[in-house]
Amino acid sequence: MNSHPAYNPHSVGLIKTNYFTFGTPPDYPLVMKSGRTLAPVTLAYETYGTLNESKTNAILVLHALSGTAHAAGYHSLDDPHPGWWDIYIGPGKVFDTSKYFVICSNVIGGCNGSTGPSSINPETGIEYGIEFPIVTIQDMVNAQWHLIQHLEIPKLLAVTGGSMGGMQALQWAVSYPEMVKSSIVIAAASSISAQGIAFNEVGRQAIYRDPNWNNGDYYRTGVPGNGLALARMIAHITYLSEKLMHEKFGRRLQDTELYSFDFHSEFMVESYLYHQGIKFVNRFDANSYLYMTKAIDYYDLKADYEDNLLHAFESTTSDFLVISFTSDWLYPSIQSREIVNALRANGKNVVYTEIETDRGHDAFLLPDDRLERNISNFLKSQYRKMDL
Amino acid sequence: MEDLQSFQRIGYDLIINEIPEGSRVLDLGCGNGKLLEELQTTRQVDGYGVEISAEGVSMCLEKGLYCYQGDIDDGLADYRDNSFDYVILNQTLQHTKRPRFVLQEIMRICRNTIISFPNFGHYTMRLQLLLKGRMPKNSLLPYDWYNSPNIHLFTIEDFQDYCDMHSYPVRQELHFSVNSDSKSRIKGYRPNLLAEFGFFILDGKSFVSK
Repeated sequence: MNSHPAYNPHSVGLIKTNYFTFGTPPDYPLVMKSGRTLAPVTLAYETYGTLNESKTNAILVLHALSGTAHAAGYHSLDDPHPGWWDIYIGPGKVFDTSKYFVICSNVIGGCNGSTGPSSINPETGIEYGIEFPIVTIQDMVNAQWHLIQHLEIPKLLAVTGGSMGGMQALQWAVSYPEMVKSSIVIAAASSISAQGIAFNEVGRQAIYRDPNWNNGDYYRTGVPGNGLALARMIAHITYLSEKLMHEKFGRRLQDTELYSFDFHSEFMVESYLYHQGIKFVNRFDANSYLYMTKAIDYYDLKADYEDNLLHAFESTTSDFLVISFTSDWLYPSIQSREIVNALRANGKNVVYTEIETDRGHDAFLLPDDRLERNISNFLKSQYRKMDL
Repeated sequence: MEDLQSFQRIGYDLIINEIPEGSRVLDLGCGNGKLLEELQTTRQVDGYGVEISAEGVSMCLEKGLYCYQGDIDDGLADYRDNSFDYVILNQTLQHTKRPRFVLQEIMRICRNTIISFPNFGHYTMRLQLLLKGRMPKNSLLPYDWYNSPNIHLFTIEDFQDYCDMHSYPVRQELHFSVNSDSKSRIKGYRPNLLAEFGFFILDGKSFVSK
């Protein structure tokens, strides 16, 4: 039993997800960017490490499209996989839980314990489905603000995340400047490109066109698994680089040596994507997938500031570490540089580095010495300044 | 490119001497961040760096410095006019692809700039070319022609002419050679022949681009 990785001294060990609910009357509901309201709102979250007495060591970790509150450790000893950023969070790791108090908050609109389209709408007694209000990155951050208030943390040492998590980290620094000492934005953008929207839309179309989708009303009739799996397969291609795919699969065939000259999947890359799709259907809700991709597509930080990114960062007091990956074609480096340039023009403290890698967009989820070293050193100097 | 670990401290003493406490400083081509770190310790400056290598940026992060990974040939456009008390271009100008554009940008964003470079007019350079008929290679320019990062070499007098031509106000010239203990020794007499390095302080604040 003691050989379970949860007992590794660098693991945060066995972890339980917590739930925080707000907006129950007489509390105010959450007012969304669309103007609609949401109440009550539950956020799933996990914490690792201990908040110090002066409350200066809290780090908020924000997840990407399909992420959950479960960023590190194991839920049980039967749990075969640790949390999604376990490589980076734990005693002695980059987000060193022997020094820092790490919080990972799920987003609203999701399907892993927070209020989303698969939650019961108190007004109707059935699942929201697509009656759920459209969620934006700003709404996600505003909901998390309630959680941080609830945890009574006046100022976060850092907010961080990759991809959609990076968008949230960026938004946190802009929406709540007084609460964010530093922001670590990885493989993200202040708005996604037309190409990114295009891929998201093809994914959504796959779901809409699954007959099981039934306008989002499928919770008692059977999920649109084919559509969701296809959406995931498409998205997964964008998370890898051409080179990585070539190295991983090449033109190799699965379970056979010769072409069968028919339409069965036989290339290894085909069966890999197929497997990714199936796996995803078992853990993710199709409606949530629609909401998450829409949140990413709608995100345009400068739109709230007269279409000028420079204005967006005027009042932020946060220090920034912005990191991009050379082979990331979903959130290419040029988009990170756009953020950095706007910050520099505002005279803000910002470190920017582009990590050379063939691993594509998902590189932030994988071990990388340079990523680890840079984040860890940045945190160290931020922590020194936070204590002053 | 230079080995970032053994970055030489060329002209550090002169630069540190010049910069007042608490200045806002931008070091272009800051390498491993050693100069900025020394400026932070001795002059409590607000230090920022631009460095082309990811390794250099990582080393700056280690020192708690703010550094932007990028090419100074096109990475300065976002800085506002006169937004730095000092812009430092220490042994970097000769690496740039577009020195003319870089200088123009520096003059726009700085109140003062320190520009130091290996003097191609130094007598050792001249002798190597004259007597051997080979591209000079010595402690100043330790590269072969085919692997040198120095793509725009010039002399102290070239740079004086350049400043004249563009009406860049030269506030001070402190051309120097480096002692074995890496201390700078000012060469006031015939610097273009006798100083290993050119050292100019230009006044960017009163410069108005035409």
